[in-house]
Amino acid sequence: MFHEYALQHAWLIPLLPAIAFVLIGLWLRRVPLLSAGLALAVSIAAFLLACGVGQAVIAQGITVEQPFIQRVPWVAISGLSLDMGVFIDPITAMMLVVVTLVSLMVQIYSLGYMQGDPGFGRFYAYLSLFVAAMLGLVISVNFIQLFVFWELVGLSSYLLIGYYFYKISAREAAKKAFITTRIGDFGLLLGILFLQILFGTLDFAQLGLAIPAYVQQSGTGLLTLVALLIFLGPIGKSGQFPLHVWLPDAMEGPTPVSALIHAATMVVAGVYLVARVFFLFDLLPVALQTVAWTGAITAFFAASIALTQREIKRILAYSTISQLGYMMLALGVGSVTASMFHLMTHAFFKALLFLAAGAVIHALHDQNDIFAMGGLRHKMPVTFAAMTVGVLAIAGIPPFAGFFSKDEILLAAAQASWPLYLMAVVTSGLTAFYMARLLFVVFFGPEKPDNHPHEAPLSMCIPLGVLGVLAIVGGFVPYTYHFGDWVRFGPASHSGLDWAIAGTSTALALLSIGLAWLMYGSGRVSAERLAWRFPGLYRLSYHKYYIDELYQWLNQTVVGGIGRALYWLDLYVIDGIVNGLGKLTLRLGDGLRKIQTGQVQQYGLVLFGAILLVAAWLVWIEPALMGGVLS
Amino acid sequence: MIGLVHYLTVGTLLFVIGLYGLLTKRNIVAVLMCIELMLNAVNINLIAFSRFITPELATGQVFSLFTITVAACEVTVGLALVFRVYHDRDTVLADRLNWLRW
Repeated sequence: MFHEYALQHAWLIPLLPAIAFVLIGLWLRRVPLLSAGLALAVSIAAFLLACGVGQAVIAQGITVEQPFIQRVPWVAISGLSLDMGVFIDPITAMMLVVVTLVSLMVQIYSLGYMQGDPGFGRFYAYLSLFVAAMLGLVISVNFIQLFVFWELVGLSSYLLIGYYFYKISAREAAKKAFITTRIGDFGLLLGILFLQILFGTLDFAQLGLAIPAYVQQSGTGLLTLVALLIFLGPIGKSGQFPLHVWLPDAMEGPTPVSALIHAATMVVAGVYLVARVFFLFDLLPVALQTVAWTGAITAFFAASIALTQREIKRILAYSTISQLGYMMLALGVGSVTASMFHLMTHAFFKALLFLAAGAVIHALHDQNDIFAMGGLRHKMPVTFAAMTVGVLAIAGIPPFAGFFSKDEILLAAAQASWPLYLMAVVTSGLTAFYMARLLFVVFFGPEKPDNHPHEAPLSMCIPLGVLGVLAIVGGFVPYTYHFGDWVRFGPASHSGLDWAIAGTSTALALLSIGLAWLMYGSGRVSAERLAWRFPGLYRLSYHKYYIDELYQWLNQTVVGGIGRALYWLDLYVIDGIVNGLGKLTLRLGDGLRKIQTGQVQQYGLVLFGAILLVAAWLVWIEPALMGGVLS
Repeated sequence: MIGLVHYLTVGTLLFVIGLYGLLTKRNIVAVLMCIELMLNAVNINLIAFSRFITPELATGQVFSLFTITVAACEVTVGLALVFRVYHDRDTVLADRLNWLRW
């Protein structure tokens, strides 16, 4: 049986792209077609295996409680034994299918998008490395394996953001992404160390048993700290406030990379991590609250920035941050199902949106400003259709994918607390507005005479079509087949659609789209005048709340100030002590050598004086030393 | 009756006079002579101890013979050095011979 084979050989799924990476990187990268062919073949194989795993999960009744685990010993030293292995439960299977599917689509798309690029082979090598790392992350059995792949996806993200390394902005963005996520990873590593110290194991299955017992015995105090440290990793990797700053800049990479890594897969690794160790978070109310509020604030905050941005990819980047905030919010209010569901639908429609945006950018020769576009719907009908589907999906219009997942999140949030629900609802309205704005500005209105757009080639249209279909049915089909029975934490919940909540969000989305049409489609309401009416708000949003400037300032004054203070300390205190010791010795020697007068008779005087002193000492103070002779 | 203490007193006086000369005389020849005085003070001590404390043994007396021999050699070498120094520096004054200072 194929699904049995796929399950037993699930380790092949990350291994195949890794082999492809080595082969392409070492030998094939000068042969573009061979590189792409190998990468594609491997992706197809990985996708098929992932589907097999998914089938096996259903056929063999693998559930969250009874995952399929394979382990091989990796490191065993005293006090620490680590395994490499495969951990398959429905969440993993879902992630495997989504990641392999989106990466396959992106690789097909890149055939057209990257055609003629001098680094074509290198590009596919990096993509393969990324896919291998991401899939390895997904099937990790313990924290260390996960952390290794976590850093590997960070590395491939860095390489791909800096793909156009001859551009200074790309180099800077790559460094920014790497360093910013490293700040979060530091916390993650500390959290992992804490867990190892507390429990002596890092295995997910064993921790899942040990942690509830520990909480019953010792309370939640220390574990809350551990969970918050671990959560720092997802804050960095998933672009949560306040470490989101790298994600918009990461758009310097090629657009397919933005679609794959910075929208659909890598950035959700943080969400996936929290879901994977939800057995830890679930017991810690404070940690859960933190996750929920971080998510809600991020969602709202990023959406409000996206309202005024001009670059098409930046709008999508802020939208990604906002949607990642949604997923975190869902986790924070305790619904792994909603979070994972949204992760899946988001992967489909956000990849679709990015690929469509890439087609537009490609057609307009690297034009990024949406206000330099316009009227593209006639010349680029396929792209227009894809973008429309994506916008409707992310706006949460039924029956598109986003509607179902977003509704579940809103429902979960409403059951948890009304401020969170309110923020989520407002954010969904904002989302619909800025996505509609993008759609109307780019595809409607008058055509710009300088632009000579052309429809994307077939290799780029196929992925648009596939992802478009998934963005339509990706919510409805899992919903009818009870996604929540499989992908869940704790007992399965059959929360159907709540029509009050779904109706509110849909109505709000439609209203927002209507408003966007009035402002950017028909032009009946002037956007400029609105911006002029609220200059403070507009500037705050356009300049992204000055977060980058704040970090710049912090870096220059605080970090730089500390650095200067420490430099001063080093220069004058540390060096002062060292040099002072040297100088002291020198001066002492200089003074002491003056007693060497060269007058032999003075030496003699000192000698006899000393002898007299010794004699006096022996006679009066320590007569015992002489053995009583003097007494 | 002349006893040990008298001999020792003479020896001490001789030694102290020699020491005073050693530390104060500017002429190296005089300094050498003072050293001889000190050696002879020691010789007196040795013989006095030998006579009054261990009269049955001749160790002290033999030892003083050795001292006289060594002192003769030392004076020879010392005077030879003084000659060389005078030849070289035109002086035998100890406070002028200070070029080994800092």
